[in-house]
Amino acid sequence: MPVITYREALNQALREEMARDDRVFLMGEEVAVYQGAYKVSKGLLQEFGEMRVVDTPITELGFAGVGVGAAMVGLRPIIEFMTWNFALLALDQVVNAAAKMLYMTSGQFNMPMVFRGPNGAALQLAAQHSQAWESWLAHIPGLKVVVPATPYDAKGLLKAAIRDDNPVCFLEGEMLYNTKGEVPEEEYVIPIGKAEVKREGDHVTLISHGKMVLTALQAADTLAKEGIRCEVLDLRTVRPMDVEAITASVRKTNRAVVVEEGWEVCGVGAQVVDYVQRTCFDYLDAPVLRVHQVDAPMPYAKNLEKAAKPDVPKTIAAVKQVLYLD
Amino acid sequence: MSTTKSSKRRAAASATAADADAKAVASDNAASSPEERRALHRELLHSMLLQRRFEERTAEMYAIGRIGGFCHLYIGQEAVSTGFISLLRPDDYVITTYRDHGQALARGMTPRAIMAELFGRVDGCVGGKGGSMHLFDKSLGFLGGHGIVGGHIPIAAGVGFAIKYRGGDQVIVCFMGEAAVNNGAFHEALNMAALWKLPCLFVIENNRYGMGTAVERASAINDIYKRGASYDMPREMVDGQDVFAVRDAAERAIARARTESTPTLLEIRTYRFMGHSMSDAVSGTYRTKEELEQYLKRDPISLLRARMEADGDLTEDDWNAMDDEIKAVVQDSIDFAENSPEPPLEALMQDVLVDTTSD
Repeated sequence: MPVITYREALNQALREEMARDDRVFLMGEEVAVYQGAYKVSKGLLQEFGEMRVVDTPITELGFAGVGVGAAMVGLRPIIEFMTWNFALLALDQVVNAAAKMLYMTSGQFNMPMVFRGPNGAALQLAAQHSQAWESWLAHIPGLKVVVPATPYDAKGLLKAAIRDDNPVCFLEGEMLYNTKGEVPEEEYVIPIGKAEVKREGDHVTLISHGKMVLTALQAADTLAKEGIRCEVLDLRTVRPMDVEAITASVRKTNRAVVVEEGWEVCGVGAQVVDYVQRTCFDYLDAPVLRVHQVDAPMPYAKNLEKAAKPDVPKTIAAVKQVLYLD
Repeated sequence: MSTTKSSKRRAAASATAADADAKAVASDNAASSPEERRALHRELLHSMLLQRRFEERTAEMYAIGRIGGFCHLYIGQEAVSTGFISLLRPDDYVITTYRDHGQALARGMTPRAIMAELFGRVDGCVGGKGGSMHLFDKSLGFLGGHGIVGGHIPIAAGVGFAIKYRGGDQVIVCFMGEAAVNNGAFHEALNMAALWKLPCLFVIENNRYGMGTAVERASAINDIYKRGASYDMPREMVDGQDVFAVRDAAERAIARARTESTPTLLEIRTYRFMGHSMSDAVSGTYRTKEELEQYLKRDPISLLRARMEADGDLTEDDWNAMDDEIKAVVQDSIDFAENSPEPPLEALMQDVLVDTTSD
C-alpha cells in the first residue's frame, strides 16, 4: 500500500471529489496561485481552473459567507481557512448562518459545505496562532466537527465531509501535514461519527482526537514497556461523538484518560467525561483524568510553550494516576 | 461611474424629501399603452397596499399577544420592495434583513404563510421555526430573513458567485438598512462582488435610523451611496418614496447585473413610519414628531395613488374596492393563522441536520 503524507492524502481527497462532482469548489486565501499556504491544494488550480479553485482577499467573514450563499443555491463549497485561528472572524457565518439555516428554514435550505484548515498549535507561533477550536465548534447544533489524526483518516473523512449535505468543520493539524501513513489507491470513504480503536489494550482507555492521538499512541508505546496495556480510542469526529465506542472501551478497561489539545474548561474532554459518568458509572475504578493545554494563552518561549502543551510525559503521568501506580 | 444626472437630481430632491409635497413623482416606466400603464400601476399599488394593510394588522396582532419576539415593521418603505421586486424574474433571488415582511409579500409569499409564521404556527412559511425575522421560501428564490446586521450581505455575494459559476443570467437583490454599511461584512462582500464582477444589487434602504441612531451619528459619510467608490462600483441615490424612481434605478441595475455581471450599490432614501421594532414608540426619543409628520407627507402609497388619480387610472371606487379586497385577504390570513396548529413537538429536533449519505 502506498505511504503518503497527510497533506497528500487531503490533496487526493480534494482532487477526487472535485473530479467527481462539478458543484464542488475550493475557496480561500492562497489556495490557487500560491498552491495553498500549506500546499494542500497543490495542482488543483491547474487541473480545475480559476472558477473552481478561487483565491480570496484576506476576508474570512466575507468568503465564509460567500460559501454559505453558494451552498444555499446548490453548490458544494469547500471553504479553506489558512488556519482556524483566522476563522474566528468568520464565526458569524459558520454559527449563525451555516449551522442554523436548515433548522430556521424547516428543512428548505441545507448547507452542503466544508470549512477546513489547520487547527491547534504548531511550534512557537505564540498566542494568536496556537489555538484548538474544536470544543467551540462542537458546541453548536447543526455542525459536524471532524478532527482526523492520520493520512488514511484524513482522506476518507474529507471525502465524507465533502459529500455530506450538512456543514462540516474539518480540523487538520499543521504538525500533521508531513506525517506519513498507508493510504490505499482504491477509493474509500470513512463515515463521519465513528471512532476507531487505534491500539487495543485492557488496562486503561486513552480517548483522544486529532494530533493528540499520536501523543496517546506514543504514551501507550512507552507504557507498554512497563507492562501497562493502553487502549487508544481515536474519536475522529467530536460532533457527533461516538458514545457507543467510548462506552464499550471504558467498560472494558474501567479507567480512562482524555487527551486533547485545547484548554480544560468546557473542553471536548469535559463532554467525554460527562458521557463516561453517565454510561460507565458502575464500571469505573478511578476518576477520569484529562490532559490538555494549561489554562493560559500559548506563550512564545520554547520552554514555556512546551510546558503549556499536553504531551507524552503528562499523558503517562495521568495514566499512572488512574492506575494508582504513583 | 453610473451616477447619472437624473439620479443626481432625484437624489437632491430626496435629500429634502421631508420638505416636499406629495407631488414629486418620477417617470412612468415600462408601460407603453395607457391600458398597460394602468395595469402596471394598479399592480404596484396593490403590492404596496397589501404590505401596508398586512403590517397594520400585524401590529394589532402583536399588541394582543398573537405574535411574539422581535417584530420590525416596514411601513413607509413599501415603494422600495415593490419597486425592485416587481422587475425581477421568477428565477432571480431576493435576500433581506429581519425587516422582511414587505419584501416577502412583494415577492409573492402568501399573507397566510407569513401570518401563520408570525403566529408561530405549523403552516407558517418555515413551520413556525423562524418567526418575523426569518421568512424564507425556496420556491420563490426568497433567501431570508436574516437577523444579524450585515450578515446576509456576504451570502448575497455567494449567491452571485453561484450564478456566475453556473453561467446563469439571474440576479440577486440584497436589501439592507443604512446602518449595515458600517459593518465589516458589508465591505468584505462589496469588495468581492466588485472584484469578481458578481450579478448583485446591494440595495441600502436608508430609513435614516439604525434602531435609534441617526445616520449622521453613525456614518462618517452621509451620502451612503458614495461608499461604492471604494470598490469602483456603479452607484446611485434614489428617492425611495417614489416607486417609479425606484423602478428606474432598479431597471438600470438589473440590466447591468444581468448583461454585464456587474454589481450596483443603490442608496434608497426612505423613511420608517413606525418604530424600530414593536418595543419602540413611533417617534421615540431619537426623532421628533415634527420630523415624522414631514415624512408622512411623502407616504409612498399616497404618492402613487395621487399620480394614478391624476392620470385618470384610479377612481375612489377603484381604491375602495382594492382596499376592501386587500383587507379581506389580510383578515383571511389572520383567520388562517388562528386556526393553524402549533408545530408538533416532534418538530423540535427535526432539521437540525439533514439525513445524508457519503456514498
